[in-house]
Amino acid sequence: MTTLFTILFDGVAYGMLLFVLACGLAVTLGLMNFVNLAHGAFAMAGGYICAVLVNNSGWPFFVALPLAFIASAAIGVVLERTLYRHLYARSHLDQVLFSIGLVFMSVAAVDYIMGSSRVFIKLPAALEGQFDFFGVGIGRYRLMIIVICGLLTVALQLILARTRFGSRLRAAVDDPRAAIGLGINVPQVFAFTFALGCGLAGLGGALSAEILGLDPYFPLKFMIYFLIVVTVGGSSSITGPFLASLLLGIGDVAGKYYVPKMGPFVIYTIMIVILIWRPNGLFGRTAAR
Amino acid sequence: MFIRRQLLLAAGAIAAAASVLPVRAEETVKIGLIVPMTGGQASTGKQIDNAIKLYMQQKGDTVAGKKIEIILRDDAAVPDNTKRIAQELIVNEKVNIIAGFGVTPAALAAAPLATQAKVPEIVMAAGTSIITERSPYIVRTSFTLPQSSTIIGDWAVKNGIKKVATLTSDYAPGNDALTSFKEHFVAGGGEIVEEVKVPLANPDFAPFLQRMKDSKPDAVFVFVPAGQGGNFMKQYAERGLDKSGIRVIGPGDVMDDDLLNNMGDAALGAVTAHLYSAAHPSQINKEFVAAYKKAFNNRPGFMAVGGYDGIHLIYEALKKTGGDATGDKLIAAMKGMKWESPRGPISIDPETRDIVQNIYIRKVEKVDGELYNVEFATFEAVKDPGKTKK
Repeated sequence: MTTLFTILFDGVAYGMLLFVLACGLAVTLGLMNFVNLAHGAFAMAGGYICAVLVNNSGWPFFVALPLAFIASAAIGVVLERTLYRHLYARSHLDQVLFSIGLVFMSVAAVDYIMGSSRVFIKLPAALEGQFDFFGVGIGRYRLMIIVICGLLTVALQLILARTRFGSRLRAAVDDPRAAIGLGINVPQVFAFTFALGCGLAGLGGALSAEILGLDPYFPLKFMIYFLIVVTVGGSSSITGPFLASLLLGIGDVAGKYYVPKMGPFVIYTIMIVILIWRPNGLFGRTAAR
Repeated sequence: MFIRRQLLLAAGAIAAAASVLPVRAEETVKIGLIVPMTGGQASTGKQIDNAIKLYMQQKGDTVAGKKIEIILRDDAAVPDNTKRIAQELIVNEKVNIIAGFGVTPAALAAAPLATQAKVPEIVMAAGTSIITERSPYIVRTSFTLPQSSTIIGDWAVKNGIKKVATLTSDYAPGNDALTSFKEHFVAGGGEIVEEVKVPLANPDFAPFLQRMKDSKPDAVFVFVPAGQGGNFMKQYAERGLDKSGIRVIGPGDVMDDDLLNNMGDAALGAVTAHLYSAAHPSQINKEFVAAYKKAFNNRPGFMAVGGYDGIHLIYEALKKTGGDATGDKLIAAMKGMKWESPRGPISIDPETRDIVQNIYIRKVEKVDGELYNVEFATFEAVKDPGKTKK
């Protein structure tokens, strides 16, 4: 019984991590209708920035984390203003080709600068190991992930649903022309949203180094996971990807524990079943309308 | 008239150049070094390249009157690339020897070319048993996985480890390691309580490790490709397997000297069987490690030693043939060759062209503040058990 809770706990932590990594993609793909396959590159950037700050410059881990967010967001803004902006109106195929090219460039660049071996972030001792909670083994690091990601999710939901910025963003997405007519600075809103998504990815990248491993191939290796989260969750809200991440995280961990021989297939089986049942994802666009 | 004289001069120059070129070509022996220099296996290629540079720096670049020329090519461990590059090197560059090969599929991809062109293929890294059977021109200076996996199986049953859970990566070398370990461990009276094969591109070991923990073994037998070892050990410690008294055993790839220091104290006490440790206490190894560290600011791992011995084998074979670089003569010269390597005494089996070497049982300990595999038992002159079965 206690094992079940440990598995559940690990699954939730893994799912939360997937969510933070992928929710930026859900925003760009779902709200801005832009296919950004290079999303993982921003996650990788965050991870490497955090690693360099902590390992080489001796910064404390908890200071480096927000910096990973800020730096990735800054990179996001620069690229959005210089490159991405020109592709908003283009076809999805162009966007895919452009962003996959960006992925390969980022892989080569990081390989060149940082080397191809795996990078670890030195963690403070307080985050290492497991403690026992009524017989359930709780990993300290995974607990921290759940706390951070949980707070972020609530904050995101509030920003999108309750703030002025959230309603501007939704208006800008639904009908950009009308939104401009109403005096909303649409390009600015998009740039800000894009930066937010990239920043979240960067934070996720920094958090995931310990669990998923960080190397120059990160954006390619995890692109599939991000896309699964977004397709299964549907891209019309934050709730969809969130539930999808949890479902996939728990499904993946439980599958690997209970049927290790089938381990790697579980996550894909879940995806196929859900997509047959609801082709637009759990909270698909057409389903919502 | 004037033009004719110029033409004559030009023709003369061309003739002179033409007569000079082939002579020079005869005096060089070209070695095509095909290793992964980019991608996940890049550390293998870099170590081999470093070791060869170091060797040539120490011993000079001429042997038996021939100049040795290394042509380095990156295959990123993709077998299609390996095959294409090997073909280019053999046909266009006219190399006398191809060498390197970071992973098994790469070594296998080049094998038919070696046979067809009668060019020796020196395998310096890849470790699946079958490789040397794929061409009579393949000689190996690295290791085979059954060599170390059978030995750790024998050692474990004799040293109070009764129940073992296995965690191996699901690909050829992983399966090689698993079958040979299981055979020897079970034959000796041990019991496998849990057997998990993890996918090669595995992001998170957590669920598998939890399963290991719950099956309460005396030890976990691990084989994961180089690079994933660090992640494994971190999560092993995170999950508290070390505190539950579950030991880590395995072939030494997991505790590669290249990565060991970054694993942290979680790795302390892990017992592995392998061909080389940077802490091997021989004079020749001390000099090798010191020279390597000085040149590249890093510790050599077993891949570096594979490269170092590979180039040594080529040098010695050329000395024996008096500089004759024909494939058949070189292979004949290499068969049965014996020498003292930084890893200890080794030889090339004249029957299988595979390496015969000592396998050491080592434990991770802290020496001068750094983690090292400290050897404490030796199994001498181990042949590849993957082949002797037949």
